[in-house]
Order: sequence, then C-alpha cells, then structure tokens
Amino acid sequence: MTQTAPAELSVPVEVKHTTCYMCACRCGIRVHLRGGQVRYIDGNPEHPLNQGVICAKGSSGIMKQYSPARLTKPLARKPGSARGDNQFVEISWDESLRILHERLARIRSSDPKKFALFTGRDQMQALTGLFARQFGTPNYAAHGGFCSVNMAAGMIYTIGGSFWEFGGPDLERSKLFVMIGTAEDHHSNPLKIAISKFKRSGGRFISINPVRTGYSAIADEWVPIKPGTDGALLLALTHEIIHTGLYDREFLARYTNAGYLINLDPKSDAYGMPVHDASRHEEIPEYPRNMLWWNRLTEQPAPCHAPEADPYLLGQFRLADDTPVKPAFQLLMERVKDYTPEWAEGITGIPAATIRRLAHEMGVTARDQKIELPIAWTDSWGTEHDSVTGNPVSFHAMRGLAAHSNGFQTIRALAILMSILGTIDRPGGFRHKAPFPRGIPPMAKTPKGPEGVRPDTPLAGLALGWPGTPDDLFIDADNQPVRIDKAFSWEYPLSVHGLMHNVITNAWRGDPYRIDTLMIFMANMAWNSSMNTMEVRRMLNDRDSDGEYKIPFIVVCDAFQSEMTAFADLILPDTTYLERHDVMSMLDRPISEFEGPVDAVRVPVLPPTGQCKPFQEVLIELAGRLKFPAFVNADGSRKYRDYPDFITNYETEPGSGIGFLAGWRGKGGEKFMQGEPNPRQWEMYAKNNCVFQFKLPPSYQYMRNWNRGYHEWAQRARLRRHADPIVIQIYSEVLQKFRMAAQGRGPAKRRPPAHLAQRIETYFDPLPFYCEPLEAQATDAHKYPLNAITQRPMAMYHSWDSQNAWLRQIHAHNYLFVNPIVARSQGIADDDWIWVESMWGKVRCMARYSEAVEPGTVWTWNAIGKAPGAWNLAPGANEAELGFLLNHLISEELPHPSPSGKGLGGAGAPGDERISNSDPVTGQAGWYDVRVRIYKAGAHEAQQSSPQVAAVSALPGMQSVRKTWLAFVAGKKK
Amino acid sequence: MRPAFSVIFLTTLIGAGQGLFIALYMAELGALLGLWTMPPGLYFALGCVLSLAFLAAGLLASFFHLGRPERAWRSAAMWRTSWLSREVIALPAFMAAVAAFGLAHYLRGAASLTLALGAAGLTLALLLFICTGMIYACIQFLQEWHTPLTVINYTLFGCASGFLLGTAWAAAQAPALIGVSALWTAGFTLCALLTRLASLARNARIRPKSTIQTAIGVKHPRIAQKSEGFMGGSFNTREFFHARSFAWLRGVKWTFLLLVFPLPLALLAAGAAYASWPLLAAAFALQYLGLLAERWYFFAQARHPQNLYYQAIS
Amino acid sequence: MSKQLALVIDLNVCVGCHACVTSCKEWNTSGAAGYMSDDNPYARDPTGTFFNRVQTFEVGEYPNTQTVHFPKSCLHCEDPPCVPVCPTGASYKRAEDGIVLVDYDKCIGCKYCSWACPYGAREVDEHQKVMKKCTLCVDRIYDESLPSADRKPACVMACPTSARLFGDVHDAESAVSRAIRDSGGYALMPEWGTHPANHYLPRRKTEITLHRDELERVDNPLKIDGKLPKPDLRAPSLDDSTSW
Ligand SMILES: Nc1nc2c(c(=O)[nH]1)N[C@H]1C(S)=C(S)[C@@H](COP(=O)(O)OP(=O)(O)OC[C@H]3O[C@@H](n4cnc5c(=O)[nH]c(N)nc54)[C@H](O)[C@@H]3O)O[C@H]1N2
Ligand SMILES: Nc1nc2c(c(=O)[nH]1)N[C@H]1C(S)=C(S)[C@@H](COP(=O)(O)OP(=O)(O)OC[C@H]3O[C@@H](n4cnc5c(=O)[nH]c(N)nc54)[C@H](O)[C@@H]3O)O[C@H]1N2
Ligand code: SF4
Ligand code: SF4
Ligand code: SF4
Ligand code: SF4
Ligand code: SF4
Ligand SMILES: [Mo]
Repeated sequence: MTQTAPAELSVPVEVKHTTCYMCACRCGIRVHLRGGQVRYIDGNPEHPLNQGVICAKGSSGIMKQYSPARLTKPLARKPGSARGDNQFVEISWDESLRILHERLARIRSSDPKKFALFTGRDQMQALTGLFARQFGTPNYAAHGGFCSVNMAAGMIYTIGGSFWEFGGPDLERSKLFVMIGTAEDHHSNPLKIAISKFKRSGGRFISINPVRTGYSAIADEWVPIKPGTDGALLLALTHEIIHTGLYDREFLARYTNAGYLINLDPKSDAYGMPVHDASRHEEIPEYPRNMLWWNRLTEQPAPCHAPEADPYLLGQFRLADDTPVKPAFQLLMERVKDYTPEWAEGITGIPAATIRRLAHEMGVTARDQKIELPIAWTDSWGTEHDSVTGNPVSFHAMRGLAAHSNGFQTIRALAILMSILGTIDRPGGFRHKAPFPRGIPPMAKTPKGPEGVRPDTPLAGLALGWPGTPDDLFIDADNQPVRIDKAFSWEYPLSVHGLMHNVITNAWRGDPYRIDTLMIFMANMAWNSSMNTMEVRRMLNDRDSDGEYKIPFIVVCDAFQSEMTAFADLILPDTTYLERHDVMSMLDRPISEFEGPVDAVRVPVLPPTGQCKPFQEVLIELAGRLKFPAFVNADGSRKYRDYPDFITNYETEPGSGIGFLAGWRGKGGEKFMQGEPNPRQWEMYAKNNCVFQFKLPPSYQYMRNWNRGYHEWAQRARLRRHADPIVIQIYSEVLQKFRMAAQGRGPAKRRPPAHLAQRIETYFDPLPFYCEPLEAQATDAHKYPLNAITQRPMAMYHSWDSQNAWLRQIHAHNYLFVNPIVARSQGIADDDWIWVESMWGKVRCMARYSEAVEPGTVWTWNAIGKAPGAWNLAPGANEAELGFLLNHLISEELPHPSPSGKGLGGAGAPGDERISNSDPVTGQAGWYDVRVRIYKAGAHEAQQSSPQVAAVSALPGMQSVRKTWLAFVAGKKK
Repeated sequence: MRPAFSVIFLTTLIGAGQGLFIALYMAELGALLGLWTMPPGLYFALGCVLSLAFLAAGLLASFFHLGRPERAWRSAAMWRTSWLSREVIALPAFMAAVAAFGLAHYLRGAASLTLALGAAGLTLALLLFICTGMIYACIQFLQEWHTPLTVINYTLFGCASGFLLGTAWAAAQAPALIGVSALWTAGFTLCALLTRLASLARNARIRPKSTIQTAIGVKHPRIAQKSEGFMGGSFNTREFFHARSFAWLRGVKWTFLLLVFPLPLALLAAGAAYASWPLLAAAFALQYLGLLAERWYFFAQARHPQNLYYQAIS
Repeated sequence: MSKQLALVIDLNVCVGCHACVTSCKEWNTSGAAGYMSDDNPYARDPTGTFFNRVQTFEVGEYPNTQTVHFPKSCLHCEDPPCVPVCPTGASYKRAEDGIVLVDYDKCIGCKYCSWACPYGAREVDEHQKVMKKCTLCVDRIYDESLPSADRKPACVMACPTSARLFGDVHDAESAVSRAIRDSGGYALMPEWGTHPANHYLPRRKTEITLHRDELERVDNPLKIDGKLPKPDLRAPSLDDSTSW
C-alpha cells in the first residue's frame, strides 16, 4: 500500500450497470469507470441471477476490453492473396456494407439458400434468426447446433422443458441433488450460489462424472462412470425404482402418459401408438388429448385424466374390439426388465450395489421427504388442489449426457427417471423457466420442403423447428435435405438446433449443394467448434479446378483475431459487450428464473473502440438495404434507424405487442410481456439494472405443465398459443410416428429411404434404450481402449479468453489428464510428452497424472490450445507450443455403414459412405465419443504439441507490437 | 531456496573482511603480549584497507539484492526486531571501527587507542557475524538454517577465509606472522569443517515439520498438488526453488568440501612452508570460490515450506 | 481483545472457480495496493503479481479421490513472522484490526519478509520492486464512499459460493468465529506458531442412511397397480371343470 496515493486514485469513479458477456450466463454487472477506463467490474447485487457475485471471467473483463487481439477495422482479404494467408487490407464500413449488400442481394434474388449464416455463442439468435428468415435462407443455426441439442430435444420431447437455459434444479428445497456430466454450464454463477446454499443447508450432493473437478469436487459422493454409458445407469436406476415400488404413482398417473393405453396389435396400422378415442373431439389436432386409461375403479377403459378415474399403470388389457393394450408404464417396466444393476455394472463400471443404493436414496428421499407448500392451484382438468407438493430430489445434467451420439435416448431416460420420481416442476425437483414449458413438441416448424425457399421472399417457416411427425421434415420429394447441414432430414430428423459441425464439410463437398456466402458470427469454426480441425481448415481454403474457392465467400464477424479470421474474405470488427446494446430476449433464451420470466439488456458503458460496429447494426443496416419485409415500411423506406430503435419498435407482427423485450411495454411502460412499443423502454431497463423480472403468483409457479391458471396467464401473455396441458411423454408418440414411418406404416405420408429405415426404426424407439455411442460401435475397442473427453475450465470461455492477460495466466496450456494406473502401464511418467491417437488422427501433448479420473477416460480442458499467432499471442506462447486441441482427434463424419458392420443402422446409400458423427435422432455432435490410445512420444521428438499450423501475424488495426509487460491502472495518464 | 548471488557475495566478502580484521587485531594483541614482534604500522593500515575493500565490496553486492536500493537507508530502522536491520547497522559500524583502527595505526596512534579501537572492532565483527548468521538462523521454518550451527559456521568460515587472507597478507607484509597465522587459519578451517559436517549431517536427517498435510490442513497420507493456480511461474516459484537437479546439488557439495577445506589447507601448508604470498593468495582465492559454492549450497539445501504450495501446474 | 479481521475459507463449498483470484487482481491493480504488474502478458509463460491464488490438490487414490480446491492469500497471522524481520518497518501489523500490510513507500524490496513467511503469501512486484500481498482490501472495507454492503473485500464480494467469509475472528459472536467453532475451522501449518487469522473450514459429508423397511412399505404402489395382470374372467378355471 502506498501511503501517498497516486494521483489517479483521486479521480472520481463513475458506476454504470449492464450485463456481463464474458460467458453466456448473463450476470448483472456494475462497471466502475475512472477517467474513461474500466477500473473495476463487480456483480450487481440487485440482479436476480448473480445477486452480486461475479466469476473469474467476469472479473477479467478489463483485460478483454483492452486486449491487443481486438479487431478494430473492417478488413478485406488482400487482392491477390490466397485465403488463409492472413493478408488483409483495411476497408471502410461503407465499402464493406456495399460489398455485402451487392452480394447478398444477388443471392437473395436467385437462390437464397446459397447464403448461410451460422453463429456461435450468440445471445441474439432472435435477431440473427429473424435476419436469416427474412432473407429467405434455411441455412441458419446458432451454437445449439454444436452444443447440446440432445439436452434440449431429449427433455423437451419428454417433459416440455429442459436443463440448459430452459430449466433447472430447485436446490433451495431439494434434499438430494444428482449432477450428471456437468462441469460448468451456462447458469454459471446462479448454479454455484445454489449448490453452496444447498450444501450448507445439509443437502446431499452426488456427482456422476468420469472426472472429479469443479462442482464434482464438493460432491458428497463422486460416482465415476465410463463416458457414454449413462443411459445404462439411468435405465438400471429406473429398473430398481420401479421394481422396488419407489415411483410416484400418483404423479405418473395424473401428469404423464404412463397410464395411456398403447395399441399392441401388430397387425394394426396404429401399432405402438397410444389408443385415441375417435369419438372425442380434438380441439387442437397437434396436441391430441383423447387417449385412454384403463380405469382401476371401474375396470373399464376411461378417457385419460378423467378426474373421477384412476388408471392402471401396469397390466395388460383388451379393448372392446379385442385390441390388446398395455399402459405405457407397463411397457416401460418391460423395457427396463433386463436393465438390472448387475447389467449396468458391466457397462458403466459402477458397482451394482452402488446403483441400487443410489436408486433407493432417490426413491426414499422422494417418497419420505415430501414437501407441501400451502399454495392452492387448479390443474388443467379442473381439479383444485389445496397445496403444491414436491419430492425433493433434483438433477442437473449437461453435455456429459448430451455430447454423445446415444445422448438423446440417455436424456429421455433421465427425464423419465425424474418423472417417475415425481419431480417435474415441483418444489425440490426440476423447475421450468419461462417461456418453458412448451407443448410437446413445440409448435415452431420449418418449411416442409424446398418450396419454402423462394427468391426475394422470407422463408416460409422458421429455419429451425420442432418436427412432430415425419411430415414435418424439411426435405424434398427425393428425401433430400433442404438445409446445407442436412438438419431435419431422415439422417437427423429431430436436429432442432441444426448441425453446425457439418456445415463447412457439407458446403465444401457440395453435399447436398454448393453455397455462395458463408457468414460466421461469433464462432471459431476453423478451430475449436469444428471437428477434424486440420481438414476443415483445408476445406476452407480449397478451390475448384477453375480456381474458385469451394466456399466462394466467407464473412467473419468477430471481436478478436481468432483462428477463424484468417479464412475470411471480409472481416467485420464487432464491439465488445461493454460497447454495445444487446438484448437477452424471451424470443431467444432469456435468463428467466423459476418464479417467472426474466429478460435483460446490455447498454454501452464505453464508446466503441476504433471502427468497431455492433453486428446488430450491420444486420439492421443490411436488412434495410435488402428491403426485408419486416424491416421496411409500406413505401419501401427503412423502418428502423438502428438497433436500439429496432428493439423498441419491432413487433413480431404488426400490432402483436410482442417484441424482443418483455419489460416496460405499452406507451408508458405500464405493460409487460405484451404491449405497444414504448419509446422509453431502453431507459427503463437501464434504470432497473438492465433486467426485467416478472414474478408469477405462487400458484402459477409450480406444476406448470398442467397448471390451468398458469396456462391461461401464459396464453394471455402470448407465451403460448394454446392453454392445453403438457403431458409428460414417458412413452414418446413422436418417436413412434417416425418408427412407424420406417416400418412402412402409420399416418405419416413420408417414408425414409431404404438405407436409413433401419436406423430410424432402431433409434426412434418410443421408450428409452441403451446402445453404445456410434463411434464406439465403429471402433476397435482393443486398439483404442480409452475415451477422450474435454471439460470447461471455470476460468476460461471456449477459445476466446487466451487474449486475456489475466485468465491466460491461469490456463496457459493444457495437459491430458490420465489415471496413473493407465499411464504407468504405458511407461508414461507424469509430465511426459505423449501421443494421443484416435481412428481419425493424433496429437502430441503432455500427460498429467490424476487420481480424479476414471481409468478408462482421459481428458483435457477445452479449447486452451491455440494456433500460433492467433489472438495476437507472441510466437512461442504456451497455448500454441504446449497447448493442444482435442478436436484434431474427433471426426465430423463416420463411415457408413461402419467398418465393423454393426450398429450404425442400415446399408449405405449408393455412393454415400459417410454420415455425420452425430446422434441419429438429433444430429447432436458426438464430441465425447472419441476413442483413443496413448503412448509415449519418442525421446528425440520435439517437445512441442502437434499438429502445428502456420503462424499468423497481427492484422491491420491491431497492436502489432505486444507489450512485454503490463501495469494496468485505470485512469492513469498515458 | 534459490541462491541469491548478491547475498552470497555479501556474506562471503564481508565474512572474509571481518576475519581479516580479526587476524590483524590478533596480530597486534599477540605482539603486545610479546608473542611476536609488532608488525609495521602499514601492515595494519593497509590490512584494514584490504579488509574495508572486502567489506565495501560486500556492501555493494548487497545493493543488488534490493529492489529499491535508493531507499537502503531505511533498513536501519527496525534494529529492535530485525537481524537484517541489525546487520545493516553493525556493518557500517564495524567498517568505521576498521577504518579507525587502520587510521590509528597509520597515524601511529597510542597502543591503548589501537587496542581499544581494535577491541571495539572485534566486538562489532563478532556482532556482525551473529547478525548475519542470525538473519538465516532466526527463520524457524527454514529448518536447515534454524540452528546455532548457521551462525557458528558462518563465523568460522569468515574467520577461516579472513585468516587465510591474513596469512597471505602476512606473507607480503609481516612474514614473522606466517606461521602463527597459518596455524590459526588451519584451526578455523578445521573447526569449520567439523561444524559444517555437523550441519550437513544434521540437515540430512531433518524431517520437515511442515508437510503437505499441515500445509492444507487435510489429514491423508496421499495428497498431490495438481495445480498451483497459475502456469507461467510467479515470484513464489522463482525465489524459493533452486531449480537444479540433485546431481548438481551433490556436485556443488563436493566442490565446496574440496575447495574450502583440503585444497586451501594444502596450499596453505605449502605457502606457509615457502612463505610464498602468491601461493597463499591462491589458497585464499580457491577457498573463496569454495565459499561461494558453500553459500550457494547453503541456500539451495534449505527447503522452504512455502514450496509445498508450489509443486505442479496444470 | 482488539479486532482481528480475517477471511474464513470454506473448502466444503469452494469449487475452484478463480473468481476470487481475478476479482482481487482487478480491484487492487487500480487501487491503493496497485499496480500489479504482468510480465509476458501475451507471450510465453505469462506471469504476474496476484494476491490470491486458487490451487488444486488431489487427496487419496482412485476411486476414493477428493479434489480439493484451495484458495490462499496472506493469512494475516496474529504472530506474523514476516513483520519483525522487515528491516525498514515497511511490513507491519495494524494494531486496530490486525491487518498485515506493506508500506510501499518504505519497502526496499529486500524480500526478507517473504523468506520469513512459511505460506508463500508474499510476492515482489517485478516492476514496482516492492513487496506485495493481500491487504484484506483495506481500501474497501473502511471506504465510507462505498455503500456499506460493499465494504467487504473484493474476493468476498465476488465468490459465487460464498466460500469466503470475512469478519473479526476475535469477536466470538461474529459469523467467522461461529463458522470456525461450529465447522471445525483450522489454521494452516499450526506448527510454526504464527497463528494465522485466516482459517479454513474442512470438507463435510452428508450421507443418507437407509433402512431395509423403507423399501417395503404398505403404501408401495406396486400393490395398487397389481404387478400381475388379472386373468380374463372368461378363461377356463377350476370352476368350469370340478364340483365339490
Ligand atoms: N467457464 C466456462 N463456462 C461455460 C463454457 C466455457 O467455455 N467456459 N461454455 C458454455 C457452453 S457453450 C456450454 S455448452 C456449457 C457446457 O457446460 P457443461 O456441460 O457443464 O460443460 P462440459 O465441460 O462439456 O462438461 C461436461 C462434463 O461431463 C463430463 N462427461 C463427459 N462425458 C460424460 C459421460 O459420458 N457421462 C457423464 N456422466 N459425464 C460425462 C465431463 O467430465 C464434464 O465434467 O458451459 C457453458 N459455460
Ligand atoms: N473438443 C470439444 N470441442 C467443442 C466442445 C467441447 O466440449 N469439446 N464444445 C462445443 C460447444 S458446446 C460449443 S458452444 C462450441 C463453441 O464454439 P464457438 O462458439 O466457435 O467458440 P468460441 O471460442 O466461443 O468462439 C466464438 C468466437 O466469438 C468471438 N467473440 C467473443 N466475443 C465476441 C463479441 O462480443 N462479438 C463477436 N462478434 N465475437 C465475439 C471469439 O473471439 C471467438 O472467435 O464449441 C464446441 N467445441
Ligand atoms: S458467469 Fe458469465 S456472465 Fe456471469 S460474471 Fe461470469 S462470465 Fe460474466
Ligand atoms: S501469511 Fe505470511 S505474509 Fe501473511 S502475515 Fe502470515 S507470515 Fe506474514
Ligand atoms: S521486502 Fe520490503 S517489506 Fe519485505 S522485508 Fe524487505 S523492506 Fe520489509
Ligand atoms: S482480501 Fe482483498 S487483497 Fe486480499 S485476497 Fe481478497 S481481494 Fe485480494
Ligand atoms: S471465488 Fe470462492 S469458490 Fe471460487 S475459487 Fe475463490 S473461494 Fe473458491
Ligand atoms: Mo455450448
């Protein structure tokens, strides 16, 4: 401490509120400015999400803001230079926009799908999605496409909501918390706050994870599991819970389709479908409610959910027309019959006794520690309840389940386990966050065929949607995909977030077609979000025989010099989160809490650096120039001045009263959720910590799948069109429809092509089942005995923090963590250089012994390894020299059919020998499926990670001389 | 600990300077007691200059250890608690005494004066030895240092090297003293050998009181650090580790054992026998090199408990 | 007894997120304890001054492994060995609240105090050339211009799991004293008699004990659902073929 304070300390500090964006969690922050520079960023105590706390990244925002890796000028690839050479010249924004306008207008009026817009950890999907839709291209997806679509789809198709940003565990009231395959997740600070409170109040915390770090470290019990085998564990838990009668019968009967009778007449065209009572009128054909129960009280079939009836959950019955039927739960019980703990032990590596004990702990806690809250509510069938009850067992799961190609069914199994424990949207269990729950499936749909894509016309539907039957697929008459990533095709029918990891490969190969312009926003697809990274980099630069690039034009909008920027033809420098307006909208994935909707904004606290321009402004500008219908007035004049103006005035349809922001709507800001545009909306957000929180009355806060009051509110607030109950799909009707199409029956008009029929039939099982991940099925397990996975480090966000002088001191390079038993058996010492080899490639890296990893698993921190020179790091920086990227080992495609001949389903189509390395249901990227072997690197080999790529140098507009040391003091006179 | 060269030079240089002064004073005392004839005044005066040169060089070296040498004057402030502060006071005081003693001799001052000044010098020299030694010995958790042997060794090394220097000086200025001086030198060197061997033996048997268990307060026999919290090093990884192999350490140990003890003793014997100051100077030079190695080893051998916290990156 | 401010760190909830590390750096580099320099910020082996670090230890062998995240800053020892050794008086312990501080204006950068700290809690700033360490955010906790809720150390405010408690360990009724008493708070390296004011709370484990009868209760739903399907009434039975 200095007794005589430096002069700058006496300069007054000004505090501004905004929302953090050092990760997707979106905490409220206070930015303390001194002399126009950021002096301190701390958590906003008034913010519902982070309640004043902040994380390591959030606290390092200063070093992001002043990073020498920032792009500050629009740049064009230098004439005459080859793509990837990293040769750029400055151009003006006028020129950049002119180039874009001209090119996009040409594409739009010829074949809009030749423009592809893919975005990464984007929190403005509402806008980027709208832009794509108005453009008329189906080729749009955001990070969900390489992230955790299994988590979204697996749960939303089952319970109408999900973890991730859609819901979570109610740790405030939970007694037993089981966390599966989660390292950090999006709800970063709130989850930490909740877990610590939970632990302090005596809750029991179990973590199921091959690795024990982070959250798992403070678990009361760590259950190490072999990657990709959670399905087996969850099914065995389900087995044990059903067979000991620890399920919540009442919940299952009332709120799920467990009691629905399933047609088991193999000759029937409705075989495997719930029996529908045709005599009952359906108000909403998409969400039929005319299923049947077998009423225990009358021993007769009865309309489902009839208040005076109680269904059998088990048994077999015959309908009057002699159709054999069984309740769905009976089928589930039969399904899990052979999934015994002993069976699962052999697959998961978890002792059967442990599995039994876990099942009993869950079941007994759920049953015996019931919560009852004195909150009266009315269910969708009109029954009034005096209280809300709950079973205090909660779960949280993320990419440890999602990022496997068997993840969809695993996550279905989890949602079903949570349901049989009776823990959906109840206190102490799983709770939804607005705008969830949604109907199963949600209403949003893509066009159903190529006719939805027409020149100079907005897309006839959404680019991403939720198929309910094969007839909702986005394919042409020849069963060929319309989207470049083949989403919503027979290959990945429920790919509700797209398949980002296949975009470049498909576009390069021209399969299903060539595109013209690829615009990438906030995604580092030449590095950490692509699989098979070296090849993908080659594809980005590859040319046809005529010299034209296979992907003719690439636009990258980024805030930093990433690994991607070198492959751009045009680079658009974005602002940082401290320099722009942003909206975390109900139309995207807001930051809602269990108690009700929450949305948030960012307001600029600093002026843009250099010529940085918010990407939103670029989109609004282009949308105006391209005269998108939603962006021009009737006279063709431009509707929105800029992005803030757009946010204030845009309505989903003229007069709909629904805009990007739900708070302070109406002329004077007196309305919420719905209301006329309010010219002072931004101001009101700014005054209110940049966040709008709506707290539902307690009676609408629980049981929202079947809460009449909530549904009517949600309908009035236009969160949902319908107010019908959202019945949990223990048995999935949607999946069965696809399976039937594959079997050549059922109501759907579309049938899969022969080579995919078996695949569809296998994976679209209406009940959860376990199979190995596709890659494991295709791998020689003796040759590649280990699973290789990555984890999120808490102090780094993907690839984008290596430019951060403080954070990179914490993770400068990465090691492969190996259990010492495995390492020693290979003669590998702690710290040794080793090779990690998969079927697809190999990397050289350093090994680090760890007792906290299941011996069949090796792992590393994600995205720490960097390309030399990227992020404006000096030559020899640890990230490039010693750090490595696991992605080199992972393939975006698998041979089809697999070499082992088993598993992948069906024979290959003529001339088609590959299929995406993805879940066959959702197209989820199988990041965590790769199998590897490890061995010591030769003594003579370079002590440097491998592969290495060519170094890039700083771009124009960036600091070309890096500081050799820093002594940051905000407000110091330069 | 990471050996700090400025400190190594400081301690070895002032040690020799102190020893030399004591040798000079012993020469006077012996002469006064009639054990030998009084060496010429210049022997003392120039001897003091030589001693001062060493002391000054040591002092200079110490400045290189400081981050803010311009504020070095502040370091005398805390003499009540800090051995370092005390050293900082003792060193100039001693230098003043040496200067006064030399000057008195140069000016042919009265015997009582030189005797008194010398006595003061001797006291200050001993105090300085104690202060310097205690700087290390007082840190209780540097168990290798936390022993009276640290002070004793340091004092004996200072005396040995100073007397060796004194012997060479005598060879040049007062040959009558060569024999007795050589005997003293040999005596100090052998004592130093004994006490240093004792400290080596002691250190080899030290069981660190701090363990990874006490460091983090977890009682389990198997604890391993995976991450020290940063990857590019820090002050804590630079200042407290020698970053050398065991083989290197062993090499340094044998080097100093040879350079400090047998080799200089052999040269001493030869130099004394032939009354050859170059031989004796060479003996001193060798021993001084050895002492540098000894101090290096002294640092390197000390295992700082803070290192328990800085063992692995990942 | 006078006040002794300190941090109590709850290893039971610390997830090793490093929020306390960078929030500390962020607050202090532009504060009274600044700057905190960084060398090679964008090159090989970046290294800098931090007052607080979070380390990771593995305890035990697979599968009985504990991963312990271990934050460490100056422990503000009650008997701080780093203070008496300082020759300039730059290192001192405040009588009024027990905070151990370094006065940069006096410090000569001799590093002696760091040798005298068994915990490795001091760092020389390689550019300012003075000794630095955790100040317990003394420039926040008494700053009247801050809202009173904010008069807490930056790391305490940041910590998402509230694993960092701040208060007066001499006040038996303070939250920190209670936490130490109730949760088995302990000091690091007690063998040196430094009496660190900062304490650590150990891991605690919650378990569930299940009794056999809990699995066999009368309200078992299997009894309702009837595990066995009821036979068709019309199917043959003894009634059709025998009479008694
Ligand atoms: N600090 C930080 N926070 C982030 C991010 C970041 O980069 N940094 N990224 C954000 C993004 S985009 C996402 S998608 C989320 C992801 O959040 P998480 O899903 O928490 O992230 P991952 O690191 O992928 O965690 C996967 C976990 O699953 C475990 N695992 C892997 N395979 C299996 C398996 O088969 N079974 C089980 N049971 N466990 C398995 C891994 O060991 C790891 O602990 O995090 C978000 N939050
Ligand atoms: N091996 C392996 N690979 C993985 C994963 C894994 O677990 N293992 N996880 C996958 C997952 S879940 C995801 S979500 C993806 C993430 O993959 P990406 O989204 O591609 O990864 P990021 O590193 O976040 O890259 C985003 C880009 O955004 C830029 N950026 C940062 N802030 C801004 C800004 O304000 N404006 C603009 N315009 N750009 C900005 C960064 O500079 C960076 O170039 O990675 C996937 N890749
Ligand atoms: S969790 Fe994410 S949003 Fe919240 S402070 Fe950290 S980086 Fe910022
Ligand atoms: S932890 Fe170290 S620096 Fe802090 S008071 Fe104790 S001895 Fe001094
Ligand atoms: S480095 Fe500074 S604070 Fe430490 S002992 Fe030296 S003068 Fe005192
Ligand atoms: S109390 Fe302040 S100075 Fe100390 S570690 Fe925490 S933030 Fe850093
Ligand atoms: S901020 Fe809290 S939880 Fe995070 S590392 Fe520090 S003490 Fe642990
Ligand atoms: Mo993600």
